[in-house]
Amino acid sequence: MALTGIQIFKLLPKTNCGECGVPTCLAFAMNLAAAKAELASCPYISAESKAQLSEASAPPIRPVAIGTGDNVVKIGGETVLFRHEKTFVNKPGLAVMISDAMTDDEVNGRIKRFKELRYDWIGLVLRPEMIAVKNESGDAGRYETLVKKVMDETDAALILMSDSAEALKAALQVSAQRVPLIYAAAEGNAEAMAGLAKEYKCPLAAKADNMDSLAALTDKISAAGVKDIVLDSGARTVRRVFEDQVFVRRAALVQKNRSLGFPTIAFPCEMTKDPMKETLIAATLIAKYAGIIVLSDFQGESLFPLLVSRLNIYTDPQRPMMMQQGIYPVGNPTEDSPVLITTNFALTYFIVSGEIEASRVPSWLLVMDTEGLSVLTAWAAGKFVGDAIGQFVKKSGITEKVKHRKIVIPGFVAAVSGDLEEELGSEWEVKIGPREAAHLAPFLKQGL
Amino acid sequence: MTFAIPKTAYTGKIKEVVLGRGPKAITVGGETSYPFHLFEGEMPHTPRIAIEVYDTPPDDWAEASLEPYRDVVGDPVAWAKKAAGVYGADMIALQLVSTDPNGLNTPSDQATETAKKVAAAVDIPVIVNGSGSPEKDAELLRKVAEACDGMNLVVGPVVVENYKQIGAGAIAYKHTLAANSPIDINLAKQLNILLGNLGVPDGQIVVDPTTGGLGYGIEYTYSVMERDRMAALTQQDERLQFPIICDLGKEIWKTKEAKAEDSPLMGNAAKRGVLMEAVTAQLLLLAGADVLIMRHPEAIRLVREMIADLMA
Repeated sequence: MALTGIQIFKLLPKTNCGECGVPTCLAFAMNLAAAKAELASCPYISAESKAQLSEASAPPIRPVAIGTGDNVVKIGGETVLFRHEKTFVNKPGLAVMISDAMTDDEVNGRIKRFKELRYDWIGLVLRPEMIAVKNESGDAGRYETLVKKVMDETDAALILMSDSAEALKAALQVSAQRVPLIYAAAEGNAEAMAGLAKEYKCPLAAKADNMDSLAALTDKISAAGVKDIVLDSGARTVRRVFEDQVFVRRAALVQKNRSLGFPTIAFPCEMTKDPMKETLIAATLIAKYAGIIVLSDFQGESLFPLLVSRLNIYTDPQRPMMMQQGIYPVGNPTEDSPVLITTNFALTYFIVSGEIEASRVPSWLLVMDTEGLSVLTAWAAGKFVGDAIGQFVKKSGITEKVKHRKIVIPGFVAAVSGDLEEELGSEWEVKIGPREAAHLAPFLKQGL
Repeated sequence: MTFAIPKTAYTGKIKEVVLGRGPKAITVGGETSYPFHLFEGEMPHTPRIAIEVYDTPPDDWAEASLEPYRDVVGDPVAWAKKAAGVYGADMIALQLVSTDPNGLNTPSDQATETAKKVAAAVDIPVIVNGSGSPEKDAELLRKVAEACDGMNLVVGPVVVENYKQIGAGAIAYKHTLAANSPIDINLAKQLNILLGNLGVPDGQIVVDPTTGGLGYGIEYTYSVMERDRMAALTQQDERLQFPIICDLGKEIWKTKEAKAEDSPLMGNAAKRGVLMEAVTAQLLLLAGADVLIMRHPEAIRLVREMIADLMA
């Protein structure tokens, strides 16, 4: 349960030394309660108080890291039920299932696609991060060999799946440095699995059949000293898995239920045999709260929509997606191609460049930094007006790309054309484009 | 300790709106909880899917989305019959795109004839969408309303620039309005208030929040819809308690990603387009959509299965 400022204040040194950055311990306590300060800013707090406060100030959903290096997958740490309330922070890991009962071709195909399916998207690279390696053969040696192979050939964050503590131990001996998720502790084997998680310092999944037994199981694992836990409620039907995600998120955030304050793992791969439907189940879990989503395979046609869904849902609604300011060639423009200008709100850029592309008229698109505002908003805020646009155009280097001196501005800012012509000088001609990007194609096709 | 489901305290309810007339009329809305949160409220009416029909043969469609309709693209009546009879559409969404003054600029009278014929050819509810040009739509949709007197069409997009003209037609000839605002909850509410002041009964309004496709702004639509439902259900915001309609098929299939050919990176083109449409629909359902306007029969099949599973 979160503490109030006064409860926190009682645990502080009450010296008002000011070294934390605010003048009094009471003010610091209030900031801590409001999550505006870090406990570490107080140099004089006692170890005992620190332990109590760390416990109380821990995030309601524990952040858990799986994997290492550039491809570490951080899940959990969420603080809201709806993205508009603040933002979702840690994108769910997307995993492909590889089993030691699969043929070499099935295994190699999945590894190949895991490595190759990467997408450039507004300056980002979208990619899957995880591989779930499942022990179905019953052969610990065979399993260890497969885990080693996946380790050697990929940078994947791993999920080690087996009912056998012996097989997991063998796999952990070759993979513990990669910090895999151990799947899973259940009622019958909780001690053995918790023992492995502690010994190899790895996170542990807890699997149960319902919320009650799941909470009891995490309590048992926590008591055994394992802190990093991932939850599997056992649901494998669409409605139940959806509801369980909502229950877990609400239990953690609304009820402050520590026993369920962990990220979740879900298995669309075990819920249908239809890869198309599996994709829709995964999309549902991206929107509604899963921490890891395990798929039966990765294919371009299904992975691409899921990666874009994940990016969209996890975009911070408080900060618009922005493009780098600069000159963007659309098609293969030449020194005679038209020059258009727009703002750097990513969506604006996307729609405008998409329509230019659809027109099949190669063009130069100048994207001006308006702090991520759309055309009308930027104009209203005084950031997309004649003199500012003119200065940007002159500095952009576009005159080295084209022979002509004509520039097309969005129809919505037709009013700035006079100021812009003045700023650019008489050699330039400012053309007023359509108000809607959808009308760019006929506009460009008729020639300037 | 027994786990107690943490429930939301709802105080509002989405209004029920009847679309179409006769035995195949459809009721949408009526929710008393967030979408598919059936453990704490009701969704008395399953979300419904309308199939798009165009008044002019498309010239730039992806092969995969054209294929199911290739034999009917020149004939909106045959198209509507196929969508209803073969693909089991709950509703038809007639897209009168050719009326766009920046495009073919088909006269309103001619487009109205098309609307009348399509509406008469099927017994399921019909949505009639203009081109999105506020001036042209004001004239067009008023004429459509008159020509289809009493059929209870859904006409849209109704925007703040033309709500008076179209709203008057809807009142006089008994149709439902798709009130369209640019992905903004306050503007959506404002338009609903204006329509109410004009005298449009609550049972004749659905909200069209403007739909961004996957990768092209769906997150904005998604969050505006979630905020809309939160205000309607937990903050008693009476002027937001309307069913939501999302026109998504066209947004998906116009993207270059949906049109791109087969490749190792992007996979099978047909499946990719279908999944982009179905994933978008799925996200919009989770945010609160009551009616989805879609294109590909396979995407519709998948989404229907998901709706059934979520309500099972």
